[in-house]
Amino acid sequence: MNHRHAPTTESEQSISPARPGTSTLDRRDFLKVLGGGLLICFTHTSSWAQESGRAFGGHELPKELSAWLHIASDGRVKVFTGKVEVGQNIRTSLAQLVAEELRVPFDAITMVMGDTDMTPWDMGTFGSRTTPTMAAAARQMLLEVAAERWHVAPASLTAAEGKVTDLQNSRSLAYGELTRGEKLVKTVSSAESLMTATQWKVAGAAVPKAEGRDFVTGKHKYPSDISLPEMMFGTVLRPDGFNATLVSLETGVAEKLPGVHVVRDGDFIGLVAPDAFTAQQALSTIQAKWDVPAQSSNQGLFAYLKNNPESSRNDGPEHVSGSVAQAMEAADLKLEEQYTVAYIAHAPLEPRAAVAQWTDGKLTVWTGTQRPFGVRDELMEAFHLPPAQVRVIQPDMGSGYGGKHTGEAAIEAARLAKAAGKPVKVVWTRSEEFTWAYLRPAGLIEIRAGARRDGTLVAWEHHNYNSGPAAIGTPYNVANQLIQYHAAKSPLRQGSYRGLASTANHFARESHMDCMAHVVGMDPLEFRLKNLTDSRLQAVFRAAAAKFAWGHLKSTPERGFGIAGGVDKGGYVATCSEVEIDPATKRVRIRRVVQAWECGAIVNPDGLRNQLTGAIVQGIGGALFERILFTNGRILNPHFAQYRVPRFSDTPQIEIVLVDRKDLPSAGAGETGLVGLAPAVGNAIFAASGIRLPNMPMAPQSGVPGEPDPGLRS
Amino acid sequence: MSDFDLNVNGTHLRVSAPSEETLLSVLRNRLNLTGTKYGCGEGQCGACTVLLDGRATRSCLVSVESAANAKIVTIEGLEQDGKLSPVQQAFLDEGAFQCGYCTSGMILGATSLLHEQHSPTEEQIVEEMEGHICRCGTYPRIVDAVKRASRLLAQGVGQ
Repeated sequence: MNHRHAPTTESEQSISPARPGTSTLDRRDFLKVLGGGLLICFTHTSSWAQESGRAFGGHELPKELSAWLHIASDGRVKVFTGKVEVGQNIRTSLAQLVAEELRVPFDAITMVMGDTDMTPWDMGTFGSRTTPTMAAAARQMLLEVAAERWHVAPASLTAAEGKVTDLQNSRSLAYGELTRGEKLVKTVSSAESLMTATQWKVAGAAVPKAEGRDFVTGKHKYPSDISLPEMMFGTVLRPDGFNATLVSLETGVAEKLPGVHVVRDGDFIGLVAPDAFTAQQALSTIQAKWDVPAQSSNQGLFAYLKNNPESSRNDGPEHVSGSVAQAMEAADLKLEEQYTVAYIAHAPLEPRAAVAQWTDGKLTVWTGTQRPFGVRDELMEAFHLPPAQVRVIQPDMGSGYGGKHTGEAAIEAARLAKAAGKPVKVVWTRSEEFTWAYLRPAGLIEIRAGARRDGTLVAWEHHNYNSGPAAIGTPYNVANQLIQYHAAKSPLRQGSYRGLASTANHFARESHMDCMAHVVGMDPLEFRLKNLTDSRLQAVFRAAAAKFAWGHLKSTPERGFGIAGGVDKGGYVATCSEVEIDPATKRVRIRRVVQAWECGAIVNPDGLRNQLTGAIVQGIGGALFERILFTNGRILNPHFAQYRVPRFSDTPQIEIVLVDRKDLPSAGAGETGLVGLAPAVGNAIFAASGIRLPNMPMAPQSGVPGEPDPGLRS
Repeated sequence: MSDFDLNVNGTHLRVSAPSEETLLSVLRNRLNLTGTKYGCGEGQCGACTVLLDGRATRSCLVSVESAANAKIVTIEGLEQDGKLSPVQQAFLDEGAFQCGYCTSGMILGATSLLHEQHSPTEEQIVEEMEGHICRCGTYPRIVDAVKRASRLLAQGVGQ
């Protein structure tokens, strides 16, 4: 990206300097804002705990602090977490766990999330257990504070409903009263044992979405809804294609429009205007000529990925055991196949958006991102600022699905705001979002496998080119394995996506398992269970099959039934699907999906069902029709009219079977629920038609099984 | 720039805007009614849906000039005296959202549908709502919410 470097140019310096505006919160003010009460900080390391006496004196909060919460004198609890709410319901489920461990009512809790000045450093990689663990430690500390006050032993006290109670002496104190209005900072580092899920009262229940009312009344402010006094509207001139260089530029007409400022810095050309309409109008008057080099296209993409390794990122096989070569030699039955997945777009309904404000050299940006601290780092680098001079605030946003890890709009808004000397809002258009965001990687997966006549798998070789290593290992028992991810030079900008490469690797593996079952002449479920000893995966396969009535259903040319499953990131999934194929048009419709799911103890069954249903629906797009088409550095379908996403009529009857393992820790459920759908649908199409569709999307032209897709075949 | 008198949520608002500016842009950027969302600007996603004289309309495809004579209702105008409309209540009760960005448009689309057809079948709901995208995939709950709203209306709730 050519606009990442520092924005220091003559044109910018000639524009009036930033004016002092309203003050933004600084870390030094952190405690002032909270007022009196009890601030409890949680750290995994004991070193910082020893220094807690001078807590929060400096500008930067130490990274060792992984969570904190504040109990005000009125008993309101504020929990601070660097995690962000993007529709996955973590604002609700995390509050449930805190309410449970701290023993306060759910409604007493406010979650402060995704604000780099107010919340712990979090790159989105930490487990969500830190926050409830802190709450448990905080409860223990409250008991100790009360015990000290009353001169009794902590063990004689109980904590419930936001109060510490001394049953023997019939007295109690609300948490808020324990501080006597003073400001208390306590640090806890002991790993308190969490309650077991069987004891849960608030967690484990179907608590409705926190602040749900604001979403049906339009009151919730998304990043693109943020407005500041004197705010201007910014737009950025996009090149004609990727890797383009600017040949000529004519901005005279735009600059004559009232209130419009054109900002140029190398190949970055943007402008600000007093209103959004004028900003777009001004942009459209700019005449720019770009030199776009010849670049690759969908044609030949998969051969390109295989033949263009990114050697610096390839360090050998992920997994080798036994000898695949010898085992294949000896196998009774063997099969090789190539599978592919296309580049697809996240297409969150709210495109990238940011509002940036400079105040006395400090930059504050409201933006939609899944990594507020990562975006802060990007801004620090772009503008050469120390951490204390950049604040990123992430209002609950119009989702991301892994597509908003970066801070493009934040940097653009900040550059334009710096040049304009006023706050600036930048909201990407749909076409910009499709073109200038990043994509889920395309990939080629080659699998060869061998089995004995009795259905025992003996060899498994799996190569993934470019799409990624997530869930590349097989959960089935195979003595001889060679499993390898090959990083490649991607012709398009690519990045994270819900489930990462787990979708691609599961599609290939579970399609191939289905092929192998067919070759050895076994029922696909029976074949899987024969080669599986992971009891959690077995359990979801059996649960899905039972609900679906697998075994009582016989595929016909018009109606097919398929099954697939797998495990990733602590989530176990098995998916059964029923597809209907129109005999005349060959159109594929998914009619019914049954998905069994297990991710340990369930924190919120209602939110979980919503997540899993959403994952299935989203999976339909990648499975059947979503794909980015491109040539010569241009995206050819950057509109919803050309890039088809799942709609109401694509949605089958969906049944979710939840396996609640209260004896196991809870794992996240946002991603792995997506991976079973595509292979289950492909396997159902195969069961009906005898045609194996090895390329995702499988039916991009609204569905003709067996027809090669001219846009994707290499 | 021209001056327009808009009837928004029962209130007359005077706004100065270029006549070709979209109603969506005027609502969001000049009147700060941000409950109406931008999703595509091309009438493909339904996030910007408002009611014009009771009919669901994509505000990204309508100029402020052509909306000047209509009664405009946005998501902010459905709640009456602190009471949610039956459709809003049904969406809340069914938990028919995830990130919620499509919700305003969905609710106004459903409001318009239920005005035309008090007791729609599932097929009618799917057909009428097909132009709305929920990228989080909450469609089954949205269909349930529309059905629930239909029952609430039949019971006279919120009338």
